[in-house]
Amino acid sequence: MHSLEVYLTVSAILLLLGIFAVITRKNPVAVLMGIELILNSAGINFVAFSKFTTGNLDGQVAALFIIIIAAAEAAVALAIFLNLFRLKKSTDLDKADLLSG
Amino acid sequence: MNFLADLVFWFFVVLTVSSAIVVVFHKKIIYSAFALLFTFFGVAALYLFLSADFLAVSQVLIYVGGILTLIIFGVFLTSRITTLAVSQLMHQKYMAIIPVVVLGVSLIAMVYKANWRIQPLDSLPTTQAIGEALLTRYLVPFELASILLLAALIGAMRLARFFRGES
Repeated sequence: MHSLEVYLTVSAILLLLGIFAVITRKNPVAVLMGIELILNSAGINFVAFSKFTTGNLDGQVAALFIIIIAAAEAAVALAIFLNLFRLKKSTDLDKADLLSG
Repeated sequence: MNFLADLVFWFFVVLTVSSAIVVVFHKKIIYSAFALLFTFFGVAALYLFLSADFLAVSQVLIYVGGILTLIIFGVFLTSRITTLAVSQLMHQKYMAIIPVVVLGVSLIAMVYKANWRIQPLDSLPTTQAIGEALLTRYLVPFELASILLLAALIGAMRLARFFRGES
């Protein structure tokens, strides 16, 4: 059995890569991939703590809800991206400034 | 035997991390999308090592079967074929490194300095226990999740149909 720290380190690396993708990428689909990486890292953390410290299955149920929410989020986000592409004819997030923000 | 299990474990750790690096740093977005496939499989394998068998199967079914398919659809629908190759460049790269490094150093330091209360759990198979938890302790979140999925389904259909009908 491997130690808790290994899993937490892998999860931290995934979280950092996801944050980096969210900050640097301009394509909205790539930003969505970064968000999926972040959600996966949170899932690893939940399951690792469920296995090593809490002694029950609550963490696994939480990770299951993360997967459900990720599915809903991906569907809505891609519908929005399609509309953005139709309106702006490009996939540059910097051009998504219809509200003049 | 133990050595073999270790080898498989580290193989999946390296697979997860390296394919996540490809996801973040590859210039062509379609390559990122396919690298994400290996990341999801690696995370599912880590779930198996954490004795979460039901969760590993759900991960493969929902992430690989559902979300990744949606993402690849999104890539194809929002890129013109001619621009598929040069879809993106990094920007704000040097600004992004600062918060990532600060957060990374503090997270890793926290992970290795904290005094974790280790209390291992070994309860394979987990499917029955998770099913009972979903219908007793977590009944309200479970029903809320189904309403959320229904709302997301209707909302996504509405948005995508709007996309078709207006142009």
